[in-house]
Amino acid sequence: MKKLFLTFLFSALFALAASGQEKLTAFVNATIIPITGPAIDQGVLLVHKGKIVAVGDAKTVRLLSDVITIDVSRKIIMPGLVDTHSHIGGPAGADSTGPIQPDIRILDSVNPRASSIQRAQAGGITTVNVMPGSGHLDSGQTLYLKLRDDAVKIDDLLILDKAGKYMGGIKFANGTNSLRAAGGTFPGTRAKSAALVRDQFIKAQEYRDKVAKAGGDKSKLPPRDLAMEALVEVLDGKRMVHFHTHRHDDIMTALRLSKEFKFRIVLQHVSEAWKVADEIALAKAPSSIIMIDAPGGKLETVDIDFKNGVALEKAGGLVGFHTDDGITDSRWFLRSAGLAMRAGMSRDKALYGMTMANAIMLDLQDRVGSLEAGKDADFIILSGDPVSVYSHVEQTWVEGKKVFDRSNARDYIFAVGGKGATDDGDSHMDIHCFDGDGGNQ
Amino acid sequence: MKNLKWKMENLLRTRTLLMIMAALFTVHFSMFTASAQIAVKGETVWTMAGDPIINGVVLIKGGKIEAVGTAAQIQIPSDYRVISAKVVTPGLIDAHTVIGLNGYLNQPHDQMGLDSGASFQPELRATDAYNAEERLVEWVRGYGVTTIHTGHQPGALASGQTMIAKTWGKNVDEATIVPTAMIAVTLGAGANAQGRSPGTRAKQASMLRSELIKAQENSAKTDPAKDLRSQIMARVIKREIPLLITAEAAQDIMTAIRIAKEFNIRIVLDGVSDGHLVVNEIKASGFPVIVHASMARPGGDRSNISLENASKLRSAGIPVALQSGYEGYVPKTRIVLFEAAMAAANGLGPSHALASITIDAARILGIDGRVGSLAVGKDADIAMYDGDPFEWTTHCTGTIINGRVVSDVKR
Repeated sequence: MKKLFLTFLFSALFALAASGQEKLTAFVNATIIPITGPAIDQGVLLVHKGKIVAVGDAKTVRLLSDVITIDVSRKIIMPGLVDTHSHIGGPAGADSTGPIQPDIRILDSVNPRASSIQRAQAGGITTVNVMPGSGHLDSGQTLYLKLRDDAVKIDDLLILDKAGKYMGGIKFANGTNSLRAAGGTFPGTRAKSAALVRDQFIKAQEYRDKVAKAGGDKSKLPPRDLAMEALVEVLDGKRMVHFHTHRHDDIMTALRLSKEFKFRIVLQHVSEAWKVADEIALAKAPSSIIMIDAPGGKLETVDIDFKNGVALEKAGGLVGFHTDDGITDSRWFLRSAGLAMRAGMSRDKALYGMTMANAIMLDLQDRVGSLEAGKDADFIILSGDPVSVYSHVEQTWVEGKKVFDRSNARDYIFAVGGKGATDDGDSHMDIHCFDGDGGNQ
Repeated sequence: MKNLKWKMENLLRTRTLLMIMAALFTVHFSMFTASAQIAVKGETVWTMAGDPIINGVVLIKGGKIEAVGTAAQIQIPSDYRVISAKVVTPGLIDAHTVIGLNGYLNQPHDQMGLDSGASFQPELRATDAYNAEERLVEWVRGYGVTTIHTGHQPGALASGQTMIAKTWGKNVDEATIVPTAMIAVTLGAGANAQGRSPGTRAKQASMLRSELIKAQENSAKTDPAKDLRSQIMARVIKREIPLLITAEAAQDIMTAIRIAKEFNIRIVLDGVSDGHLVVNEIKASGFPVIVHASMARPGGDRSNISLENASKLRSAGIPVALQSGYEGYVPKTRIVLFEAAMAAANGLGPSHALASITIDAARILGIDGRVGSLAVGKDADIAMYDGDPFEWTTHCTGTIINGRVVSDVKR
């Protein structure tokens, strides 16, 4: 550990000399919950240039004099929360012209200045998957964002992969939300829903084959088709399918489609996960669940239960939480872990489900979700136990920059509400995700 | 003959089975419904009628509280069933909900909180719509909620009456403790109707004034009209029942107070998301407040909703109760215990937060003679927890209503 740290120190000093600014910053004396290891008392979190350079106790991480030290005694530090399913920024995806619209990019719809983003920062969320709604079988491509401060344009929030492309998945849904009684191009039954999805994936397979056959010869390429290009990315495993599904039979249909077309899937909501937890685990499908105060609200969710977390944990599945903001509020996202524990989930898995599990679901496990050297310096400072109602998120840091500070009067409003917490036209947001039935049952 | 023997044997078998089933049923049934003699022991007993008692005992007899005190003071008779819990509180009171009228399915056939045929219908009785066996009633009972003030939902100038019920009972008559509690009135964006009046805030106020004038004039007659609306509005004019005025935005709160003063009627302010912006005005009015669930989605008239609303109002000396409230969306009910937890953690503190869902709620609803605290002679309504009731990770381990253990699921 010491040796490792020295290596980091040398490279850090080198970087300092090069840039001539940005010092090493050490957060000391906190209890650190790194998620991927046991909690550390009297911990030290060393940050430089937006990255974590070391995590440990005062004995293993020794500080030189040229370090900015921030004393966080009696506080808890844990990774920034990762939300795998949210509608902050008021996005609207596919329109009413068809049930499957893979060409839609939520990138073109998110308002990066929305106050909902600041409220999410106040809740300790640092990474989020912003999605279009569930009123379609496929409502478009989703977007993975870092909740950096002072975004002028959406580009300022994007997460880029190694090739420099912004990251995101694609939203699919089954069950009642995407059904329309009137029919038209939309499905009227569950079997029709599955058939329409199959049909599109077969078309995408054919499109992919044509492109492969052309072998780079532009004259032989099929006409460009943005929808097909997105679905080919899904078939190639490059784009994760975030599949909204509630009822046990719909969950099995989502898994069946995933197996047939070999696409990577995250089950979203999974309200009846407790009924098919073994099947989900067997399929190695991650589940992103939501904590709702009462059962029902729509016919598909009459059996939603806080015990989804423990059921999936016991079955051996990967399980995380999401807000579906505005269905539940980003500001009390941490409550999800507490309520899951209330129903029997272990503390470790519940906290893992707020962070690392979700990072894995977004293919960001090398960058966020835990406090480890080399990862992004995304973390929150809490006044106490993460699952206690009495604890507050005091600060939220993204890539080494403080984006929320409860002691700041303006930020405080975003945390607790009041005049100025919501004035950005959030009411225009289209919530079709958890509720918002499209027609018949 | 053979056939007859077979029939007899079959009958006997069936009878035996029935008897076994009956016996099993009786055991199970009595466990839940018998109003037995019970001693509830708590490491901490929040009586809400004085300081919490450490190692306290509550004795229950005949559905009422027989004695409350420390384990040292109270001798538990040997024939009493003893139930122990870490924390014991009075049964919780949800000061405003719509459960029992609006069901968990959220389908047209189980949403009975609002008839959208007319804007002003104070004559609609909640007791004609209350489903005592609705799943959401059972759901909140499992968290320790024993009394609910429920009824017609916000969403029309006057949507109908409200009632007060225990969360136990096979039917509305068994459950009800106050058949007509208040009249649900809404001011603000939520009261506007489609295609008819009211369509603006000023029109809402004008229509409400007109109805109150009509009622005043009718009440002054020697032979007043006896139609349903006249009868119920007369009770408002006589100050027998208050209007429950749902007003979220500051201007609507002020309108509610203005009209109440003009007509010298009783009102209870409901929702009051902007309450923290007009604290002095509410305080001066003397009217109590039932604050909306603050975990509700912000927006519209609730744009300024704040977790600190209850705390700010109460510290000004305004009587405050909390509620699970009404929203058209999931969740079909919030848990008033959770709302109190958020208020407790955001300025109100645990003791006042608990008061806002027990004794203070009982006072605002006018039922503090029966429920809301653990005091001798009151209804034996008790909630039990395996830790701080407000922590997300704590469980409600049991609920007692009228001296009966009505829930022992760990929820």
